[in-house]
Amino acid sequence: MDYSTDMLNALVLITNYVLIPSISYGSQLALGAVGVTLVFGILRFANFAHGEMMAFGTMVTIFITWWFQSMGVYIGALPTALVALPFAILLTALLAVAIDKSVFSFYRIHKSKPVTFVVASVGVMFMLNGLVRILIGTDERIFRDGQKFLIKAGAFKKMTGLSEGLALKQTQVLTFVLAVIAVLALFWFLQRTRTGKAMRAFSDNEDLALLSGINPERVVLVTWIIAASLATLAGVLYGLDKSFKPMVYFHLLLPIFAAAIVGGIGQPLGAILGGYIVAFSEITATYAFKKFFKYLAPDNFVPDGLAQLLTTEYKFAVSFLILVLVLLVRPTGILRGRVL
Amino acid sequence: MSNKGRAVISFSIMALMIAIVGFGQSWNVALAIFNLCLISAVMSMGLNMQWGYAGLFNAGVMASTAIGGLTAVLISYSPVSKAWSVGGSSILIVIISLLLTITAGLLVWKKIPKGRKRSWIITAVVLIGYLFMRFFYEQGTSAIEAVEPAKTGFLGGLGLPILFSWLAGGVAAAGLAWLIGRIALGLRSDYFAIATLGISEIMISILKNEDWLSRGVKNVTGLKRPVPYEVELQQSEWFINMVKWFYGTSDGSSTLSSDTMREAMQLSAGVVVKLCYSVLFVAVVLIILGFATRALNSPWGRMMRAIRDNETAASAMGKDITSRHRQVFIIGSAVIGIAGAMLTTLDGQFTPGSYIPLRFTFLIWVMVIIGGSGNNLGSIIGSFITWFVWIEAEPVSIWLVSNLDFVLEETSPLMLHLQEVAPHMRMVLMGLILVLVLRFSPKGILPEKAPDHY
Repeated sequence: MDYSTDMLNALVLITNYVLIPSISYGSQLALGAVGVTLVFGILRFANFAHGEMMAFGTMVTIFITWWFQSMGVYIGALPTALVALPFAILLTALLAVAIDKSVFSFYRIHKSKPVTFVVASVGVMFMLNGLVRILIGTDERIFRDGQKFLIKAGAFKKMTGLSEGLALKQTQVLTFVLAVIAVLALFWFLQRTRTGKAMRAFSDNEDLALLSGINPERVVLVTWIIAASLATLAGVLYGLDKSFKPMVYFHLLLPIFAAAIVGGIGQPLGAILGGYIVAFSEITATYAFKKFFKYLAPDNFVPDGLAQLLTTEYKFAVSFLILVLVLLVRPTGILRGRVL
Repeated sequence: MSNKGRAVISFSIMALMIAIVGFGQSWNVALAIFNLCLISAVMSMGLNMQWGYAGLFNAGVMASTAIGGLTAVLISYSPVSKAWSVGGSSILIVIISLLLTITAGLLVWKKIPKGRKRSWIITAVVLIGYLFMRFFYEQGTSAIEAVEPAKTGFLGGLGLPILFSWLAGGVAAAGLAWLIGRIALGLRSDYFAIATLGISEIMISILKNEDWLSRGVKNVTGLKRPVPYEVELQQSEWFINMVKWFYGTSDGSSTLSSDTMREAMQLSAGVVVKLCYSVLFVAVVLIILGFATRALNSPWGRMMRAIRDNETAASAMGKDITSRHRQVFIIGSAVIGIAGAMLTTLDGQFTPGSYIPLRFTFLIWVMVIIGGSGNNLGSIIGSFITWFVWIEAEPVSIWLVSNLDFVLEETSPLMLHLQEVAPHMRMVLMGLILVLVLRFSPKGILPEKAPDHY
């Protein structure tokens, strides 16, 4: 086998096991992180309940999906969950607004310390966590239907004649496409509409925004709606891509926070960047590169071990390390966000 | 109402509740709840030092608990000499080279001026250190884990009495807190919370995966006990006589049948063992409460509160905020570490998989907040109430669900689902209690009391 085939094989290997998973996982993190960063920037606290909000939105989607499926509503090769998504977003946004009115608005009126909000969000986290488990149980749920693969590993091998296969799941493409659409819509909203501009102004300087007649309650309301919508979208995409398990969403909190802080608090673009950085580092650091080296390096240089920096169980450590490094070296984040 | 009155009333109600469980369910259950209430009280006193005294949002309570538990294993388990002989030296080399790498890295950081040169040298030091460690680590761990993997497969401990680990657990947790403090203190509260949450998650993944240290998810069971075993009790003369006397049959003319007698024996043995633990735990709670109250009322405590209430003013008065924070963070974590070791002692086993943030971090938060931040007695009553609700919510909601049978069929899918998920009601209940207390009574059940000499 000549060297260029080896090169191609190595490239396909990395694309299949690192690049594609990083892009889809990164998009999911990015959507979550944008929500966190908006709440962080406008309400000025770290919302510990964000992961549970994602779980709640996904759960609602699953219920509606089941209902549609029982009525025989399918949309061809695409997952039915996509039809259910708008309804779930609506419900989750309603829930977020209700939570804000009943829990957080009191502290806003009384100008409580940020840390009080965080403690309150811990209470909300408990409630949502219990609610999700009560409604759907703790079992793993797979609600993906439609076509699973766009490119199958076997077909790819046959087509190209390479020894490495490339599999592209439909959910991975969907994740990326939907994330791009959501982010474009968000940026259009923030840059072009009055409310979006008011939100940015409020995030930059609250007092000045109030002086210029911006209605803070409206800004907060819109923030929650956007955060809940993105959380639902992120949760559903994650659930479609892997599977839905209530406990997993709590553990997504740390990489999401890391992404938001890495990108710079209050900077949606930064949060997206942060999401991809965190996802890429997590997957790269826990991928076993042995096969990759086997293709590229001369035979006697191939490492004995798996050539894996960290075992997969230490994913947390990667997002945490990134978080700490950023906080120590450049606390404003990559895009110069606010330092809280 | 004065704080004293509130305290007397709330503790009496709590005693009554536990007594109701004792008479209604069983004394074994009541004492099991009581013991865990006491352990939770130690944890929440530790967190209260950090949050109530100093206003630090520590979302990594679990890390201190877990390292306390690990210490209990490492102190009490008998050393596995075979594992030491095959892999001990490699592990020692790894630890030494880790320390050397860190020292070298820090030296480079301090001695060489900032710039590209420094970055390259640090990268090189870390890389060389990593490869070196990795080599010995893989050798050592695979050798250790191959030693009777079904029974040991880890280095074991020191084989000392487990009570000693309560102190050592505190020291270990303090050491870890020092390290965490070096990294995370000085950040704003939200960042600090996120950073500590992250560290605690990493700590648990280490405990789950480093089999040579703690057997990982294979768990360490059969830890030594500081109190007698039930089986031993049931065979000892004095215990049998005591139970007979208690049931009014000391003269030998037993009015009870032998079956009832055996049951009474088993019940009493369980109760006596739990009471022994209770005595030990109450002692720890009282000692820590004594120290904590004295500290809070001392000039040191006033300084801490001053820092909490106004950092800028306190630092203008010449107080070093970060190092005071570090100090109270370390002390609080040490107390939590003691509780962690106590918990593992009570369980008799160490199960890394059981450490989850909701139970070991955020539940402790609920305890401190509803008890009254800044009030030590409040933390204790808070942990009693919270733990009681946490445990009793399950039987109560199952009972409630089973009483729904007049509307739902016993075998209907909804009924089955409800029965399955009823235990999760406690999560909702906890969140609700936390939110309500925070909203309507933010000072908690026993509010923090400003000392008279203000």
